[in-house]
Amino acid sequence: MSQDAIAGAPDQAAASAAFWKNNLRDYGLLGSLLVVMAFFYFLTGGVLLEPVNITNLILQNSYVVIMALGMLLVIVGGNIDLSVGSIVGFVGAIAATLMVGFHLPLLDVDVKIPWELVIPFALALGGAIGAAQGYFVAYSKIPAFIVTLAGMLIFRGLTGNMLLGQFVGPFDRGFQAISAGFIPDFRDFGIILPAPNGEGRFFWLTMLIGVVGAALMVGLGARRWLRDRAQSMDIEPFPLFIGKNAIFGALILYFSYRLAENKGLPNVLVIMGALIIAYTFVTTRTTIGRRIYALGGNRLAAQLSGIRTDRLTFLTFVNMGALAGLAGLIVAARLNSATPSAGNAFELDVIAACFIGGVSASGGVGKVMGVVIGAFFMGVMNNGMSIYGIGIFWQQVVKGVVLLAAVFVDVYQKNKG
Amino acid sequence: MNPILEMRGINKNFPGVKALRDVNLAVREGEIHAICGENGAGKSTLMKVLSGVYPYGSYEGQIVYQGEERRFARIADSEHLGIIIIHQELALVPLLSIAENMFLGNEPAKRGVIDWGVAFNRTRDLLKKVGLKESPNTLITDIGIGKQQLVEIAKALAKKVKLLILDEPTASLNETDSEALLKLLLEFKAQGITSIMISHKLNELAKIADSITVLRDGTTVETIDCHREKISEGRIIKSMVGREMSDRYPPRESKIGETLFEVRDWRVEHPLHAGRQVIKGVNLSVKRGEVVGVAGLMGAGRTELAMSVFGRAYGRNVRGQAFMAGREIDVSSIQKAVAAGIAYVTEDRKGLGLVLNEDIKANVTLANLPAIAWRGVIDDHREAGVANQYRGALNIRSSGIFQKTLNLSGGNQQKVVLSKWLFAQPQMLILDEPTRGIDVGAKYEIYTIINDLVAAGKGVIVISSEMPELLGICDRIYVMNEGRFVDEMPAKEASQEKIMASIMKQYGAAA
Repeated sequence: MSQDAIAGAPDQAAASAAFWKNNLRDYGLLGSLLVVMAFFYFLTGGVLLEPVNITNLILQNSYVVIMALGMLLVIVGGNIDLSVGSIVGFVGAIAATLMVGFHLPLLDVDVKIPWELVIPFALALGGAIGAAQGYFVAYSKIPAFIVTLAGMLIFRGLTGNMLLGQFVGPFDRGFQAISAGFIPDFRDFGIILPAPNGEGRFFWLTMLIGVVGAALMVGLGARRWLRDRAQSMDIEPFPLFIGKNAIFGALILYFSYRLAENKGLPNVLVIMGALIIAYTFVTTRTTIGRRIYALGGNRLAAQLSGIRTDRLTFLTFVNMGALAGLAGLIVAARLNSATPSAGNAFELDVIAACFIGGVSASGGVGKVMGVVIGAFFMGVMNNGMSIYGIGIFWQQVVKGVVLLAAVFVDVYQKNKG
Repeated sequence: MNPILEMRGINKNFPGVKALRDVNLAVREGEIHAICGENGAGKSTLMKVLSGVYPYGSYEGQIVYQGEERRFARIADSEHLGIIIIHQELALVPLLSIAENMFLGNEPAKRGVIDWGVAFNRTRDLLKKVGLKESPNTLITDIGIGKQQLVEIAKALAKKVKLLILDEPTASLNETDSEALLKLLLEFKAQGITSIMISHKLNELAKIADSITVLRDGTTVETIDCHREKISEGRIIKSMVGREMSDRYPPRESKIGETLFEVRDWRVEHPLHAGRQVIKGVNLSVKRGEVVGVAGLMGAGRTELAMSVFGRAYGRNVRGQAFMAGREIDVSSIQKAVAAGIAYVTEDRKGLGLVLNEDIKANVTLANLPAIAWRGVIDDHREAGVANQYRGALNIRSSGIFQKTLNLSGGNQQKVVLSKWLFAQPQMLILDEPTRGIDVGAKYEIYTIINDLVAAGKGVIVISSEMPELLGICDRIYVMNEGRFVDEMPAKEASQEKIMASIMKQYGAAA
């Protein structure tokens, strides 16, 4: 027993060094996000982390995060989708028109569709647009850059034609609640609890969810870590595992507290959180996820291993379209109207989030956590610079420099290692 | 006559492989000098050393050209002195015209503005010299391979060639074009241009060569002066293959059962050129417990045959029938071929075999993910177990199953690709050049794996350009040439001379 331990020791040290080296980027990215947050926290005199602003940050970035999840799969599969911003605008416009109602001249009737029906329709519409583009990419073998550039023009143009410079809105409260709403609190069930500092409202259910969520994350993580260790899998060294969980746990608790001080947990955050968990699972644990990575890593080898690479490429675009449709609904709900310019240049934020998050432009490499952090990295910079009063054009310059720097560091590390 | 070129004591190493060992080559001015040798003997490597593809310093030894020692740092240096190499794969841009190709990188221009008048006139002259009647405006893609070859040669003339090197110039030409090309070489000789010609077609060499240098395993065997002694193909073949066989192959007792896999009248057309048959009616059978070899030169169609059988991974208009254990099987897609029990281990392990940025574990399970997953969710621990099992069984040397395959040596990469296909549980394995570019020890291990497979009642096809390997591990050998099986022999009765002779017979000469 003790002999084993001694024999295993140098191996373990080497393994943990290797692990550290392989995953340096992930920790570096998380570290950079914390540094940027701290920087703007002080620059803005603490406004960045005010409860209202945190809620804002989440609302402003939710659609970028959601679309970045789809873009991750598209880019990992070796493609790109430039059309997502236009799909956001187009799906938003269609959904708005259906909900607000329009006159159908052919039958001479007014049509108005309840928002509960419009949501699944809009998601399906996004998926169908993705399917159309995916068909051209996967089966007609037209480069994704060209197909989605065309899609970007087409759907932006259709949006403009449909709205003709008008805002279409407002919507039912129920629909607005997607973006503007918050989950109910104990108070709504008639349970009134005092705030911890004794004044104002405090959303205890939000705090409770934060605590339970953090506990679940640490608990499930630890269970898996121990099991993996028992199976001698490739695990994080213990200090890193503890450190990472401590940081994430603390962040979750801190933000839950801040949100609870404001209006509670935004509905959008619930949607976003569920999607992040789902896509983490899909990319790391399922056969379809594994196959997408293999497809992007070496398409021919994947094909010769019996993987239907065309179908897989097609599916990544369908998925991307559906997520862009969802983002279109969220944006429309947030603005309480559909506008011709909704979603303009979103594709750039989404793609930048992916590359800052460590997704390889040549395919095969990228993680959900990376793109989520990448999206918030961009979000915090946007938000922080706006609060500080930096002009919109300088903001673009800074974002461009950061994108280039992030990818430069990636490439530099890769060439050096 | 004085030597125009002498290469003395050339050594060239690639990681893990000695490609050239103390090679000497002397070429006399104005002669046609042929270089022969098996695939992998080092012919092309030697020519790349000469032309500066491998720059001075990356090899050992001396190159003396026109009486002076030369140290070429790049191809342009050797071209500048009139050494022009024409590779087997032609280096022409298909969608540019003959004239544009002729002066590509070498355009008659003033301050970057091309003088097309000059270019066209010179192109016309050059085309006349090589006997090609085409307009300089014709696109390369619109003329046949034989004419393209002539354009390449005209291009060499444009660069004021003194020493012309041709790598298998007639390999892809038909009889008439080959004749014309050989005649052209003799004309050049009369004009004082020296040629070096690499060729497998010994009958052609016998016709036009003044000297023949034979390479084998990266060393010079001999240089034959064709004017001093009467040469025959048998004489050259013996020199090419006459190596000693030692026990580089693990012993195996053949236990051959009933027929396992069969292909009947298999025909495949080229994926881009419809109507051009690459595989012309092949019949093949493999019995349980049998290792069947497919011998042939490069371009004989061996890989194309294997990949077209493996779910039409190559070619178009694939026709023919395939049978597994007596029942006809559908191999119209890779998924169906895998399901029918066929596995194809590619010759290009980096390009087609591995996902290099993934670890050993992910590569081993890639072709059979459902076996380690439940309803689409991968069981990590089961996957690790599988990967560890193969890592142990095949002795894959690595820091663990989580090591990226990019960082493995060639032999270990090959074992990972093999593991992937063993885990797919096939009945019938097609191994395409399974030992290319890997060291002797790893080769032996791969042979042992093959022996284990047939001992378990599976069938194995081995495609290899190394004839001793086929003789050492196979029960039966098919000889393939130009898309057909031209001969079939039990390995016991086969010899390298016999295989070579079967191939050469196709070229219209008796061995």
